[in-house]
Amino acid sequence: MTSVRVAARTRRTPGQRRWPMIIGFLAPALLIYLLFVIYPIAQGIRYSGYDWNGLKPLTDWVGFENFRKIFADSSFIGAMKHNAVILVLSLALQIPFALGLAVLLNQRLRGRAFMRMMFFAPYVVSEVVTAVVWRQLMRPSGFLDHVMSGVGAEGLTQEWLANPRIVLYSVFFVVTWKYFGFHMILLLAGLQQIPAELREAAAIDGATFRQTFRHVTLPLLGPTLRISVFLSIIGSLQLFDLVWVMTGGGPINASNTMATYMIDWGFRRLQIGYASAVSVIVFGISLVVALAYQRWVLRRDVKGALTTMGA
Amino acid sequence: MGKENEHVRYTLKRLFMLLAVLALVATACGSDSEDTTTTEAPITIRWWHIQNSDPGLTTWQNVADEFMAAHPNVTIEITVQENEAFKSTLQTNLQAGDPPDLFQSWGGGGLAEQVDAGFVQDITEASASWIDNLSAAGNSLFNIDGVQYGAPFNLGAVGFFYNTALFEEAGIAAPPATWEELLTDVQLLKDAGITPISVAAGDKWPAMFWWAYLAVRIAGADGVAQAVADGSWDAEPFVKAGEELKRLIDMDPFQPGFLAAPWDGAEGSASTMNGRDTAMVLMGQWAPGTIRSNSADGTGIDDVIGWFPFPVVEGGAGVATDVFGGGDGFVVGINAPPETVDFLGYISSLDVANRLGESGGTLPVVKGSEGSVTDPQMVAVVEYLAAGTYMQLYLDQVTPPAVGAAINDAVQELFAGVSTPEQVAGKIAAAARGE
Repeated sequence: MTSVRVAARTRRTPGQRRWPMIIGFLAPALLIYLLFVIYPIAQGIRYSGYDWNGLKPLTDWVGFENFRKIFADSSFIGAMKHNAVILVLSLALQIPFALGLAVLLNQRLRGRAFMRMMFFAPYVVSEVVTAVVWRQLMRPSGFLDHVMSGVGAEGLTQEWLANPRIVLYSVFFVVTWKYFGFHMILLLAGLQQIPAELREAAAIDGATFRQTFRHVTLPLLGPTLRISVFLSIIGSLQLFDLVWVMTGGGPINASNTMATYMIDWGFRRLQIGYASAVSVIVFGISLVVALAYQRWVLRRDVKGALTTMGA
Repeated sequence: MGKENEHVRYTLKRLFMLLAVLALVATACGSDSEDTTTTEAPITIRWWHIQNSDPGLTTWQNVADEFMAAHPNVTIEITVQENEAFKSTLQTNLQAGDPPDLFQSWGGGGLAEQVDAGFVQDITEASASWIDNLSAAGNSLFNIDGVQYGAPFNLGAVGFFYNTALFEEAGIAAPPATWEELLTDVQLLKDAGITPISVAAGDKWPAMFWWAYLAVRIAGADGVAQAVADGSWDAEPFVKAGEELKRLIDMDPFQPGFLAAPWDGAEGSASTMNGRDTAMVLMGQWAPGTIRSNSADGTGIDDVIGWFPFPVVEGGAGVATDVFGGGDGFVVGINAPPETVDFLGYISSLDVANRLGESGGTLPVVKGSEGSVTDPQMVAVVEYLAAGTYMQLYLDQVTPPAVGAAINDAVQELFAGVSTPEQVAGKIAAAARGE
């Protein structure tokens, strides 16, 4: 008994000695995390229960009234739908497009490096600059319309940002323009980690290009693809800067996202309590989606990483 | 190996040099800030304004420099921000309980909320010696229940800026005096192949001007005051205002893409006016300046621009001399030193007001400074203001921010054709009653 206990203690001692060091190294980061992440979240949750304009003392406790109002407001429901549309379109169009380009630019092509750079370039430009430039390009009889009539498609020109039925798709187009290059580079990096021998082996076995892609490339690209999808989902849920600068959520809320709706209520109407409730909802949705995705989709990838560390 | 060592040594050397430079910079900065202490008790006035372009920017800098020269112990720290940025930064500062000493305000509902929260100073007594030199209408914007919280420096009115050449081309002899005449003129302009109206419905507030001015003309001063007080925006005159506006909107008189158009900028409604194919815009006195700044040669449409007031609506309770507009002023933060009010008094002096008037773009409010305004369009606005029987502050500013935003949103929906006049009035009333 004693010998076992002694053995256990000696085994534990280095760990105990390490504690002060762990705390010492962790403290600064933890403090900043608590102060700038956890504390504001807690405050946001607290404010969400008040009718508060951000100035007067916090006295008008209204319980869940803000949440009831938010879900009764058709423009918030609209904003949620817009986020969902952007999300679905991103997954359905943007990522396959990025994947296609990545596969293409993984081949030996003339000017490959140049094309990679060109496709990646929009991602480097800041979102506000992107939005300002596209707002100019898409204005009535602006550059886009001129180009379209130049190629004989003047019948297809639209009021890209002024038509409430079209504006969301215009925004999606710019989102895609800005981010497909990022996903392309991500997937390209994934593709390059796949050993060429596997594809060569498949080719020797007589697999067609399509079969190789379906049964070799795609499964091995899985982890990268799942990360790409994850970033795309989070990006769609939090979409703000581009929309705010390009359309301000309008016209008539037709391009509102949850984030622009929140800023509009917080900083234009100065209903900080109400806007805090919106932020709690957005936080909740993002959290649930992120956790669910990690639990069911990313689990294999994450587990893999942990096993390596344990060994 | 040897080469690698050399490389390491070289890197280290550079690192030390960098550290040495940093240390030098740090000490230099440190000693610099210690040197500024003076013998007199130093006072700092933090002044936030939004005149981020000339002539206003320079005028304010000069005014601050002059005051500092006359009061050596006073330092005026100026923070200049663009309008929207100012609003959100101010909000953040107020939430932190740290209002600037002197800051831009439009009076009305926004000021009332700041006063309610105790962020603004009562300057009734401190300003008593000079406040009556200013226009009473202007002062009233910064006066709540008999207490003065600030002073105006600019007071303007909304009206039509129009292209006289295009009106002539369409065969319109004189600007319209009634709403029906305006609608007729819009049709005449359309028939002549001219876009009648430029409106920045993307920014919302320029569209709101249309509904608001109609409301002022139809409900009259008392009707609007009543609605501001009790939220009865769904009363009959306001529905009527929406119906009249709908008649205009149904004529499709606006420039392409007006629903997304901002006021300023290349795709904005001011640029549209500068394009010389659009006849008129309903806007405040700053319009000629914005049109100029959106033109290549900086003169805009100065050669053909004219001004006329909003026409009367037959059967409405309002008269042609009821002014819809507003102004800019400065209010004094709760923690501001007493010198701040002296400085505000200097800003409100006849000398400064004359300079503001001469520089253009500002309509000074100090009595006797009217003559300093020489720009013909501005003179028209000044004369209209002087003859004014009643001043209605911008609806999105006289009401609390939440109601103001609801007015802007609802009117935009009317312009987009997705809400009826009844729905517009109902939505505004609902927001005003906190539903």
